[in-house]
Amino acid sequence: MTQPIAPEGANTWIIGTRKGAWTLQTGSKQQLGEPWFFGHQVHHVLQDPRRGGTMLAAVRTGHLGPTLYRSTDGGRNWKESERPPKFRAKEESANAGFEPDDGRLQGLTLDHVFFLAPGHASQPGVWYAGSSPIGLFKSTDDGVTWDGVPGFNDNPALAKWCYNFAPGTPDGPKCHSVQVDPLNANRLLVGLSGGGLFLSEDLGKSWNPVNKGVAMDFSPPKEDGTEYEYGHDPHDAVIHPANPRRWYHQNHCGIYRLDWQDGAKEQRWTRIGKNMPKDVGDIGFPMTCHPRNDKTIWVVPMDGGTVWPRTSVEGRPAVFRSRDAGETWQRLDKGLPSRAWQTVLRQAMTHNGGASLELVFGTTSGEVYGSSDEGDSWKTLATGLPKIMSITAARLD
Amino acid sequence: MATVRVRVAALLHSYTGGLKVVEVEAGTVGEAIAAVDRRFPGLAFRIIDEQGRIREHMNVFLGEDKVRDLGMAVTAGAEIYIVGSLSGGKMGYDPIFLRPRIT
Repeated sequence: MTQPIAPEGANTWIIGTRKGAWTLQTGSKQQLGEPWFFGHQVHHVLQDPRRGGTMLAAVRTGHLGPTLYRSTDGGRNWKESERPPKFRAKEESANAGFEPDDGRLQGLTLDHVFFLAPGHASQPGVWYAGSSPIGLFKSTDDGVTWDGVPGFNDNPALAKWCYNFAPGTPDGPKCHSVQVDPLNANRLLVGLSGGGLFLSEDLGKSWNPVNKGVAMDFSPPKEDGTEYEYGHDPHDAVIHPANPRRWYHQNHCGIYRLDWQDGAKEQRWTRIGKNMPKDVGDIGFPMTCHPRNDKTIWVVPMDGGTVWPRTSVEGRPAVFRSRDAGETWQRLDKGLPSRAWQTVLRQAMTHNGGASLELVFGTTSGEVYGSSDEGDSWKTLATGLPKIMSITAARLD
Repeated sequence: MATVRVRVAALLHSYTGGLKVVEVEAGTVGEAIAAVDRRFPGLAFRIIDEQGRIREHMNVFLGEDKVRDLGMAVTAGAEIYIVGSLSGGKMGYDPIFLRPRIT
């Protein structure tokens, strides 16, 4: 869920693709606009749901390095960040106390910003950006300049958490799902693919893994019988905006819910994906939650069997919804193709946040589907787009 | 310092306002690109990464010679070409940091 809180009055989907970003009006108009950043890889475009409505866009091209653009007039004009995210020069890491084989000592090079997130409502102008290779960056001036979050990027443990920045995840390892607890400005959650979920209780100064209860089927069981603390592969995680004590996440190895326990020695995830039909399974990328109802969530299962085709299970696209926090699930495929092998990436499903809730998702084969009845039925909104990497909702005048 | 001409390929014209050739004073290729960046901020980072390496899918030439060392000296009248390489279609992470630094 790339955008738990949509801007009030959102009227437009912003579709980030491998060849640019397109706007698509929500509701009955469904007018597809001309592309922004045509030819560029647009990983994420996000409008600030707080006052101001600044939009940021994470962009790179096949040739040119990564950067961020910002717009303060609803996308009519874009200006590049004066100091976009970038890693430290390797010379600056020489005395950081890293292990000799730490990838940072050779100098990390930012490939792309993958995930954008506004800061807490009490901190206007603060934004976070998760990147590939794995890094976390922060802006305190509404996206004009960016710096690494030292407690994260310079954390000596980060290399062991994230497989020493090694490639492995398709399209690169990623820091994603940057979530700020609406009730606690100091509490941040991030997902690392791979690496797991990590929590900070002090605004990013220190971090701890929060992966108890999460499967890691791609590693052998530990010989001492304990759980792995890190190394997992969360695909998409969300702190529920209406009930921040309830978290959900779609993982490489299942669907999970965590109900925060104050004072507990540990926080533990429950695999609610075990309640999915066995012939469908609980592998997928996106996790989308209802903005006001903490029991209603949507996922898009994909084929994670055999060689991991990552397409619709048995070539029959479907969204699954739970209205009871994952205890039971309903298959929702009315209006979707009866036979298709589609992939929906983790940032490519969202809602408009409105009282009349609209859902949308996009595929890597360029189709966009929308629902105005919470998923009971779907309608094709667009086809023929490039590979869809993200969809968010924005209010454009 | 010498006056050199930096020829900028179309994929960077959004920075130069469509200008194809920029004249700057520089002693090395790196200084020339830095001088162009001062005039058109942001351009250098799209070509050279934070570790001082020319990006994988970009090429810089001094005359006909491919630049591997940004410290390469330039002389008056030299022409520097900044172009996209015959690649760039790929997407996603490349373990650039695992490759030797371009020197």
